[in-house]
Amino acid sequence: MDVKIRLENLKASYNEQEVLKGITIDVYKNMITGFMGPSGSGKSTIISILNRMMEFEDGIRIEGKILFDGFDLTKTISSVELRKRVGTVFAVPIPLPRSIYENIAYGPRLNRINDREKLDQIVINSLKNAFLWDEVKDRLNTSALKLSGGQQQRLCLARTLALHPEIILLDEPCSGLDPISTAKIEDALSELKKDYTIILVSNNTKQIARISDYSAFFYMGELIEYGNTEDLFTNPRIKKTDDYISGKFG
Amino acid sequence: MAFNKEKFIKYILTVFALSSLFFLFLIFAFILIEGLPLFLKVGFKNIIFGFKWAPTKGSFGIFPMIVSSFLVTFGALIVGGPLGLSCAVYLAEYSGKRMKMLLKPALELLAGIPSVVYGFLGVIYIVPLVRNYLGGSGFSLISTSVILGVMILPTIISISFDAIMSVPRTYREGSLAMGATKWQTIYKVVIPSARSGIMAGFILGMGRAIGETMAVIMIAGNALKIPTSLLDPLRTLTGNIALELAYATGDHRLGLFSTGVVLLVIIMALNYIANFGIKKKRLK
Ligand SMILES: Nc1ncnc2c1ncn2[C@@H]1O[C@H](COP(=O)(O)OP(=O)(O)OP(=O)(O)O)[C@@H](O)[C@H]1O
Ligand SMILES: [Mg+2]
Repeated sequence: MDVKIRLENLKASYNEQEVLKGITIDVYKNMITGFMGPSGSGKSTIISILNRMMEFEDGIRIEGKILFDGFDLTKTISSVELRKRVGTVFAVPIPLPRSIYENIAYGPRLNRINDREKLDQIVINSLKNAFLWDEVKDRLNTSALKLSGGQQQRLCLARTLALHPEIILLDEPCSGLDPISTAKIEDALSELKKDYTIILVSNNTKQIARISDYSAFFYMGELIEYGNTEDLFTNPRIKKTDDYISGKFG
Repeated sequence: MAFNKEKFIKYILTVFALSSLFFLFLIFAFILIEGLPLFLKVGFKNIIFGFKWAPTKGSFGIFPMIVSSFLVTFGALIVGGPLGLSCAVYLAEYSGKRMKMLLKPALELLAGIPSVVYGFLGVIYIVPLVRNYLGGSGFSLISTSVILGVMILPTIISISFDAIMSVPRTYREGSLAMGATKWQTIYKVVIPSARSGIMAGFILGMGRAIGETMAVIMIAGNALKIPTSLLDPLRTLTGNIALELAYATGDHRLGLFSTGVVLLVIIMALNYIANFGIKKKRLK
């Protein structure tokens, strides 16, 4: 198994308050890695460090190493370039106020892909891979804001796929969705891991157990336990993990 | 309880609030009562599309002034629009807290400068500059547009700024997370999303420009014809009223009120477009 992302003793603090207290973890290539943990445990902070969206926050300080394929890209690659390799799907689906087609073509267009045929192909493939194609194929030119919440979230997944990233980060992508939409996203992710490395943050431990290959449990800014999902859920080594996955707190 | 203080306060405030409506009504009524009779006497067409303004000889054509008013207004928009929008974008997206604290009061000050001061500066600096480098007398369409362009900056900036700030942060994040640069995000997502508010700012700026009087009569040259070049002098609707009201009597005076009616209608239309036309579009 190849290590895609390695965090080494990653620390982060907001205005002197430490929210990540030395996280060390290997995230494997072509796997779905589930991040779980109670609110405030630092999951979203890790995501925003990985995609460097934290640079828009004031007063955050970061220490430690972040390695992609063994390389520290902090100094060598700009945030804009990095975000083309590390795609993100947020909790609240936020399509741009444009048509379905244009939402997905947005990223490729930024990369100067303007050839209509090529764009069409990207849009179609991305929508298919996000399990959305059948529902929208007849109305690609209508506003993306008219889609249902579940469809919007899959649209956001599709537009991330259109960038052909290497890594996809999903921060509680199903928190506002009904079970059917959730299942569709899960199906899509299980297919997509063939080509991508996926980190799925979820408060729903059942979801993590269902679809992730590896699972990490965070608590108060620390990585409490990490391992193969099956082992971790059937045989947690640490009591805190057991309490969390059996729903005693969280 | 015989005397309910809460209710009393509400009542008083309602009366005050409605009084502003009452004043507005009064102004309208007054201008219409004074201005409409001449329209009926001379004919709408002869006033609005008439080319000759000789009110003591029975000609009340204000077409050149209508055209001139629109010309300086668009001129002002061409000068002030891009400048104001850039400034709003800078303020909303790029400036740090300290810069914001410097610029915002400066803008308020700019808005508070009396228009006679703008006119004065125009006469002292802009008019000679135009005369020396471009030709003509300097009292011209271009000088007026430049000064008005500066005068409408605060309106355009503050309304565009509010519109840009009200674009949800999540739109920006969505775009940035897809690898867009900050500038790409601004011109592909933020400005299009704020478009209706920015348009409203432009239109209210136009309203301000078309209504401006003092600065305009000082620099426009006030000639009674349709300007054929940027260097020609012109007379606006507001200028016409201000210049002649002091000595006008009889039909001449009524002619000025008719000018006022036209001005009022144009300003109402602009306000209507800014408030309703644009909002409706946003709801769609
Ligand atoms: N912008 C910020 N400014 C200050 N503190 C922050 C900021 N964002 C997060 N924090 C703090 O960092 C800690 C970790 O937050 P984070 O959002 O990473 O948690 P989380 O695990 O994603 O929680 P949730 O499950 O609720 O999303 C929390 O204590 C939070 O208060
Ligand atoms: Mg979170």
